[in-house]
Amino acid sequence: MNILAIIGAFVTLTGAIFLLLGSIGLLRMPDSYTRIQAGTKASTLGSILSLLGLGLVHPDWLGKIILLILFVLVTNPVSSHIIARAAYFINVPFTDKTVVDKLKELINAQTVSKKYKIEKGSAERKEGD
Amino acid sequence: MVDLILNIALFIMLAGILLTLVRFIKGPSVVDRVISFDVMSIVSIALIAMIAHSVFRVIYLDVALIYGLLSFLGVLIVSRYLERGL
Repeated sequence: MNILAIIGAFVTLTGAIFLLLGSIGLLRMPDSYTRIQAGTKASTLGSILSLLGLGLVHPDWLGKIILLILFVLVTNPVSSHIIARAAYFINVPFTDKTVVDKLKELINAQTVSKKYKIEKGSAERKEGD
Repeated sequence: MVDLILNIALFIMLAGILLTLVRFIKGPSVVDRVISFDVMSIVSIALIAMIAHSVFRVIYLDVALIYGLLSFLGVLIVSRYLERGL
């Protein structure tokens, strides 16, 4: 029994504890958006750590495990982002403790500028006619 | 020693899946169910890798890769459908 396998087993245990903490956060958070954040970030770190520990236990599987880690690292924030975007645009309610909504101000500013640009364009066209 | 610690980690992951299943059943909106499905599939990737250790076959890591790919596509399609329709 070598020392590398024991280190890998402890890293896997740490990753499993992170996965459990992500699940507890998914169960206890008050809001859909905070649930998205807690669940996805903690479970990304947990799965990376547990796969890396398994790669330390079996060093000859390390190529496939690094491929799996890169896959999780790329696809997991993308799915979290796109779920949060869908939740915002189908008007899932916030919790009562929410203090700031930057995206609402940004969307209002963009629609105002677009409307202004359309009116300005039509006015110029009328002057041209 | 190593097998004992890995078994403890496997039961912790199973407890995480059970806690996520509670949110999957009682979640108030569709988004909660989608995100709990996503977390369940991420935990299942790690769990399939642990099964690959315990039966000592490297081919199960490919199974985990394809499982993660299909669950990512499922989450992507469901959230696009919720946002603007297919």
